[in-house]
Amino acid sequence: MRIYALSVYIFLYLPIGIIALFSFSAGRSASQMQGFSTQWYGKALSNPFVIDALKTSATVALVSAILASVFGTMAALALSGMKGRIRVLFDALIYIAVMIPGIVIGIATLIALVTVFDAVNPWLEAATGWRLSMGHGSLIAAHVLFTMSLVIIIVRARIEGMDRALIEASSDLGAGPLATFRQVTLPMLAPAIMAGFLLSFTFSFDDFIIAFFVAGSETTLPIYIFSSIRRGVTPEINAIGTMVMGASLMLLVIAQLTLRRGKAPGH
Amino acid sequence: MTKARARWLLLGPAGLWYAALLVLPLAVVLVYSLGERAPAGGYAPALTLAQYANLGSRWTAFQNTLVLAPVGTLAALLIAYPLAYFLAVKSNPRWRTALLVLVIVPFWTSILIRSYAWIFLLGGRGIPALLADLGLGDIRLINTPFAVLVGIVYGYLPLMVFPIYVSLERLDKRLLEASSDLGAPPWRSFLQVTLPLSLPGVATGSMLVFILLMGEYLIPQMLGGGKVFFVGNALVDLFLQSRNWAFGSAMAVTLVAVMLVTVTLYMRFLSRIGAARDDVGLM
Repeated sequence: MRIYALSVYIFLYLPIGIIALFSFSAGRSASQMQGFSTQWYGKALSNPFVIDALKTSATVALVSAILASVFGTMAALALSGMKGRIRVLFDALIYIAVMIPGIVIGIATLIALVTVFDAVNPWLEAATGWRLSMGHGSLIAAHVLFTMSLVIIIVRARIEGMDRALIEASSDLGAGPLATFRQVTLPMLAPAIMAGFLLSFTFSFDDFIIAFFVAGSETTLPIYIFSSIRRGVTPEINAIGTMVMGASLMLLVIAQLTLRRGKAPGH
Repeated sequence: MTKARARWLLLGPAGLWYAALLVLPLAVVLVYSLGERAPAGGYAPALTLAQYANLGSRWTAFQNTLVLAPVGTLAALLIAYPLAYFLAVKSNPRWRTALLVLVIVPFWTSILIRSYAWIFLLGGRGIPALLADLGLGDIRLINTPFAVLVGIVYGYLPLMVFPIYVSLERLDKRLLEASSDLGAPPWRSFLQVTLPLSLPGVATGSMLVFILLMGEYLIPQMLGGGKVFFVGNALVDLFLQSRNWAFGSAMAVTLVAVMLVTVTLYMRFLSRIGAARDDVGLM
């Protein structure tokens, strides 16, 4: 049993480990380890295409994570304790947003936005000299749809586990709804919101399939990696891949720690 | 400000997002699936079922998806179950959380890079080269259905382990003691107590993996090299290369419909098993 578990762990980590190991190769060959160097990291970080893609990915991930956390938390607060048709409608929408395959979301967003842009652009261009196109905006819009749903699910679970007595006590002691929210509700929800934010950031940063359809002329880091792999495997991709995985791991650890710290007292 | 109004303000942005970026786009796909391909690519308005009638021309993609998604789900389940069992029942409780986190972590790192790692391992100079050294020359692994299956299991194993672990961990250990006190050998306790009680976890895990696999693009693209074609690969081709939006939309609608039907059938099948088990319990 123990040996079986060990071999599954090897199966899970060996491929990642090999990528990381080969990224430190000194040679040009991606499949043979020749000496040790960090030159490929230097090469990757001085490649303007990589830096551009990294900037796009980081901007999109940051903005979508912020929007998703704010809008998601707002919706979770409104939906808690709510009953009736609106609640059922929102539950259905959240469920659909999470369940529909990313590729279908990507396609649907692409053709809907292109259709809307084609209809609006002639008029808009005449009025302002400015036209809408796919790019940062469509990437953020499509990512927020999924990540906002994720935040609603996480924050709502936290609200349901929350001690209502504290909120009642606060209003009994004369605090207004806004003061209660700022001093009682928000601090209690903070770990869940933070975890939602970090998961949203990771999702957006790593997403390939939705971005593939809606990025327009922009290149995100996963799109860059995908097209470089098509051109052939190089140690530079190993280095970029290792850095991306390292960054995701760091965010995950922070998300776990905040979520756990929030759960520790009282539960 | 009234409470009802505050509620509407809070729901506003989310509602707007769902309306503009979920309901509207899905409606557009539905409408476009009834249209035609414009001569220069894209969409030309029409009201016809011609695109659906033509789905047969992409039958291979559906066939591959409908074979490899269940097979991949089953393979992931068979590998995940013993691991989940080990984590929930046999592992040292002190290390349990850490071991579980170690299983889940890879899932939250880029699937693109994890699939890329297997191009590396299964490619000509990876495992086949090692096998050639052992005298098993000329075995091709990359760009085969096997490579796609390896990628699937590798990519989705964490998602399968977690729900099974949760259902096994919740299992009341006293039931197993009772079973062994009543003279059941361990394998019988496992088959009649542990396994049935962990079915909800098995069901959740399989469903999650299956749903994600139905829409998979990256793994067959990278490890199947265009030879093992899923519906997702056909969709990318139709929207980004041949720009046949009407046919692509019909295919996307069919994919979602097939997914919904399979999941509903599966749920019904599971609840029937559950109902049967309750009957046994009552006897």
